[in-house]
Parts: sequence; C-alpha cells; structure tokens
Amino acid sequence: MPVKVDKNLCNGCGNATEPRCVRVCPGDLLFKDSANRCAVRDPRDCWDCAACIKECPRQALEMYLPVQIGGRGATLKAKSEQGVLSWFLTKPDGTTETFIIKTRTEKSQS
Amino acid sequence: MNEDYLATGNNGVEVVRLTTDVAIVGGGTAGCFAAVTIKENSPQTEVLIIEKAHIKRSGCLAAGVNAINAYLNPGQSPESYLEYVKKESAGLVRDDLVLSIGQRLNKVTEKLESWGLPFKKNEDGSYLERGKRSVEIIGESIKPVIADAVKKSGARVLNRTVATNYIMSEGRIVGVYAFSAREKKFYVISAKAVICATGGAAGIYKPNNEGAARHKMWYCPFNVGTGFAMGLRAGAEMTTFEMRFIALRVKDVMSPTGTVAQGVRARQVNALGEEYLDRYENRSTPMRLYATVAENKAGRGPCYLDFTHLSEQVNIRLKEAYLNMSPGILLKWADEGVEPNHRPLEICGSEPYIVGGHGQAGYWVDIFRRSTVTGLFAAGDVVGGAPKKYVSGCFAEGEIAGLAALQYIKDKHTAEISPEETEAELTRVFTPLFRDRGPAPDEYEERLQKIMDDYAGGISANYELCEAKLLKARELLLVLQEEVNNKIKARNMFELVKAHEVTDRVLVARVLVEHLLYRKETRWPSYQERVDYPRRNDERWFIFVNSRFNHENNSITIIERPAEGVVTEHAR
Repeated sequence: MPVKVDKNLCNGCGNATEPRCVRVCPGDLLFKDSANRCAVRDPRDCWDCAACIKECPRQALEMYLPVQIGGRGATLKAKSEQGVLSWFLTKPDGTTETFIIKTRTEKSQS
Repeated sequence: MNEDYLATGNNGVEVVRLTTDVAIVGGGTAGCFAAVTIKENSPQTEVLIIEKAHIKRSGCLAAGVNAINAYLNPGQSPESYLEYVKKESAGLVRDDLVLSIGQRLNKVTEKLESWGLPFKKNEDGSYLERGKRSVEIIGESIKPVIADAVKKSGARVLNRTVATNYIMSEGRIVGVYAFSAREKKFYVISAKAVICATGGAAGIYKPNNEGAARHKMWYCPFNVGTGFAMGLRAGAEMTTFEMRFIALRVKDVMSPTGTVAQGVRARQVNALGEEYLDRYENRSTPMRLYATVAENKAGRGPCYLDFTHLSEQVNIRLKEAYLNMSPGILLKWADEGVEPNHRPLEICGSEPYIVGGHGQAGYWVDIFRRSTVTGLFAAGDVVGGAPKKYVSGCFAEGEIAGLAALQYIKDKHTAEISPEETEAELTRVFTPLFRDRGPAPDEYEERLQKIMDDYAGGISANYELCEAKLLKARELLLVLQEEVNNKIKARNMFELVKAHEVTDRVLVARVLVEHLLYRKETRWPSYQERVDYPRRNDERWFIFVNSRFNHENNSITIIERPAEGVVTEHAR
C-alpha cells in the first residue's frame, strides 16, 4: 500500500544523511533524492505499517489505499508527541476525523 | 559474471570483523527479549542483535498490535492453555514446548507493561479481557518500547544488516555472516552462540492483492524465511512446514479479524445471512477459515463478520483499536463512505504463510530452544512445534533461549573462522550485484509465487493439495532454484537484499513441498488439505514430519518423529 511524500512539506530532515522516515521503514523503501527530499523507492513494496508517517516531524507523509483495492482518495496522516499519537483521517469528500491515542505510560516517558 | 570482481580483491567490498558472546539474528519480539534476558542475568556478556531493518519498527509489529492473545486470565492455567492449543491443532503439538510457554506468558506480559506500554484495565487494576486467553492493550508503540528496553539493557544492535549464513567450525555454530543493506560491506561476526529469531515467511505464495497493493498482506512481507533457510543450509532439522498458516482476514486490506470477532463479538455470516459455522465440526481458528472457503465454494459467499447490530459507540472503539495495529482499514471505510457498523465486513483467507507463531512450522528444538545444531538456539516465529504462541509466546521463547545460550557459552571460546569459507560466502553474497545482466529479484519472486499458487495449494486452488501437482511444483522449483543461483541480477544494494530474500524463499518453498508431499492424510483442513487423502489418519500420521537439507548435494531428507514423549534434550 503506497505512501506519498509531500515535497513541499518534506525538507529531508535538513542535512541528515538518514532522515527519520528513511531510518525506520521496515522494508527500507525510502531514500533521500537529489533534491534533498524523501522519496519512496517502489510504492508496490509498502506494507502500510505507517512507521514513516508517525516518524515525520513535519507531517509530510500520508498513506492511501491503492486503486486496485478500492482506493478513492482518503488519506491518513499522523503526528507523534510525547506519549501521544494523533491521527488525521481525510475522507474523499474533504471531511476530516481526528483520533488521539496514548502510546506510553507516564512512567516510561520520564 | 564480471571476472574482475574476484581478481581485484572483492571489487570494493569492505570486510568488517566483529566479535561478541551471543549473536541474535532478528530484533523482533523474541530476539529483543532474548537480548534483555541475557543482559539482565549477566551484564558482562556481550550481545549483538543483527537486524535487517531498524529495531524501532522492524518485523511483524512495525505497526503495533492491539491485544496480547496468549495470556492466562483468571481461571486459566498453563495446562488449560496446552489443552486449548492441542484442540486447535488436531492434537499434534510439542506439549513440552507449549507448556513451557504457558508457564511464562503472564510474567513476560507484565514485564512488557513495566517497560511502559499502556494496557487497558478494569476498575480493580486487572487487565481488560478480550477472551479467555487474551487481553486488550494500547500497543501502537510496542516496538519502540521494546527497542528502548534493549537499548537500556546494553545489548548492541546492528541495524540494516542482513544475515546470510551461520559460520560453522569444530562441529558447532561459531558466528554469522551478514552484509549491509545500504553499502558494500560484508560482516564476519564471531559468536560463542547464536540465537535465531528472524520470524517466519511471507511471499512464498502469490498474495491476495496485485500491483500497487501486492504487499497489502497480513504477515510482514519483509519476513521471508531467512532464518529457516540459514538453518537448513547449516543442516538443522525443521518440523511441520506442512501445517501452513492461513489467516482469516478482512477482504482487500487484510486486517486482522479478532478485533471484531472477539473484541465486539461479531457474527460470522454468509451471503444468505446464515451463521454458517454451525454447519461445521467446531469453531476452532482453522475451522472458521475452512468453513468460509467451503461456503464460497458452495456458492453461498461472500462471507462476512456482521456487527451491524451494535451501537455507534463501537465505531470509535474499533477505529482506535485498528489504528494501533492495522490503520489501513480506516482508509477502506473512508473510501467506501461508511462507518464500521454500517455494513458487515467481508472476510477471506490470506496467502499461506510459513510461521511458528500462529502455525507450527520451524526449527525442531528441545525444551531449551536448542536446535539440532550445536551452538544454535531459536526463538519465536521461527520455532516449530508450538503454535498459537503469538507475541507473548515469542517473548517467553526469547527468555528461554537467552537463558540457555547464557548457560551454553560458559565454557566456550571464540573459534577460528576459515578464510576460504569466508571468501566463498562473500562471493556468494555479492555475485548478484557484480553480474553484468540477468533477471531481477522481483521477476523470480513472482515466478516462485506463481508456481506455489498453481501447484502447491494457493489461494486460487482454495488451498487444496494433491500429489501430481505437488510433484510438478517440486520439479519447477528445482529449475527455478538453478536459475536464481546462476542468473539473478541486483542493480543496487536494495536489490541485493531482495536477491537473497528470493533465494531463501525458494529453498523454504522446496522444503515445504517435500513436507506437503510426505503427509498423506488431511490433518489441518485448509492449512494442510490433501484432496487425494481427505481423511485424518491418527494411526499412521499422528507423528511429526521433519526435514533436513543437505547443502552438499542440494537434497532434502524427511524424518519422522514420534508425537509422544518430551524431548528434553537432543542427543549430542
């Protein structure tokens, strides 16, 4: 399932040789292109685990369903903060839903 | 083949030599738990985890998990867990292994909570039950939490490093060969003991979806059976590959169904609205799948999980639960313009996977998780004989293997590694990169999946098996193996990783086909269903079917092992 990089939002994590999304992808599917932006090597190989989406500090990544399995344009983005993860679901008609989910107990955040 | 490559000192491949006490292949649940266990019990012991991806989000749990499905809630015991696992597996499991997991499930689960993962709780502070042996967690960050525990423990991690083979010397395993997924680096890692915790294999069969959705599968597509293949090449005995695991999942997005089936008690219905499970033998996991396949064959499909009778409150609960494990399903609902409880969820079977965590394919081990090769231990999804261990069972096996490896290395020294053997492995590993031309890994992967789907009981055959087709698969896989070994071309490091993934998958497929041919009965309908031997035959086949690969002549030997009796120690 593919992931899309918004080239206007992505800054390649500045000078980082390994941007945060590139670092965590379990399939090693992301890389930094010549324009210092992150890109997906082969969208067909994406597993849809959303690791990269959660990792991006600028919310430059989003995932969507491929057309082959009924995708019609809905997207998911995420934002990680300490102990909390926010998800932003945008539906094909442009309406949105937000979910806020706990990721760690207070104890482990110290 | 570019001859210069051998003549000019490895064509720019840097050789890196590392030494550790215990090398762990795979930084997933089992590998991480083994690492932490060793460091907790012996801080001075050096542990190195070799991880193909990055430990923070690698393997099966990259997206998270929303329940611990092997936990003994009040009223359950290790013995009742064993009884349940046996009942689900046609009676044939390694009782000793399953029981040893059962004895540790709660302790390891509580340990996970102590590391900072949020669990859902009842008012009295006890875990929120999802079923007799299941508790609900808020597990989106399970992998980062475990990775932090590894970091704190002092174990070292080598990320983006792909293990290729074990190193043998003096009749025991003395290390691991590996290469970097990103640069031309070859690792020679000396270790007194090695623990294999790579996980199982996806992508052996043609998956449910194609094109841009080809990796939209349930099991991790980056788990390709490397641990099985490395063990086979080292002569380790494997067990029960023929009990494939096929998951009953949400159509298209392949999301897990337990969240709905157990979490909100959905009804499993066919196109006529009938609760069809009543027509079948029992409600076990394999039977729920088999029944669904059978209903579709009888023209009563599609089949669904129906929870449309539930209130609106269930929608938010379901969405949150899925976000913690399989977020793609929210896109499906959004694209269809429905709320979860507006329409029943269509269900289907996945491609067959070769795994020891849900099924029971994998290394044949003793109670200490020692493989049949000295110095090699195994834990988690790569270990056979103990199905339905799930995440917490992988923790338990990691703990057992870690403690056993610690005991084993006490009187072991770091062995000499043969330079000739190292040279040969380096050549094998990098050859696809230095070839001038040849088919790409993807092409061979699709060829493998087509052979398996056509002839070895894939989705298109409703998982059914028969002798003549399996013999055809055997023949075609040998040809494919020859082609892959001599022609595969990798254009870059990313493709070199894929080249080894397909090489390993082909070997796993060959061994799987031998197992499927050998068991002449039907023991686990859908998982292992021979149309030419449609009955279960306990008199003849209540045994384990094991295998050993001979690397010298590329042959596979099948070995029968009795089902009864505890294998506390391998003969040495």
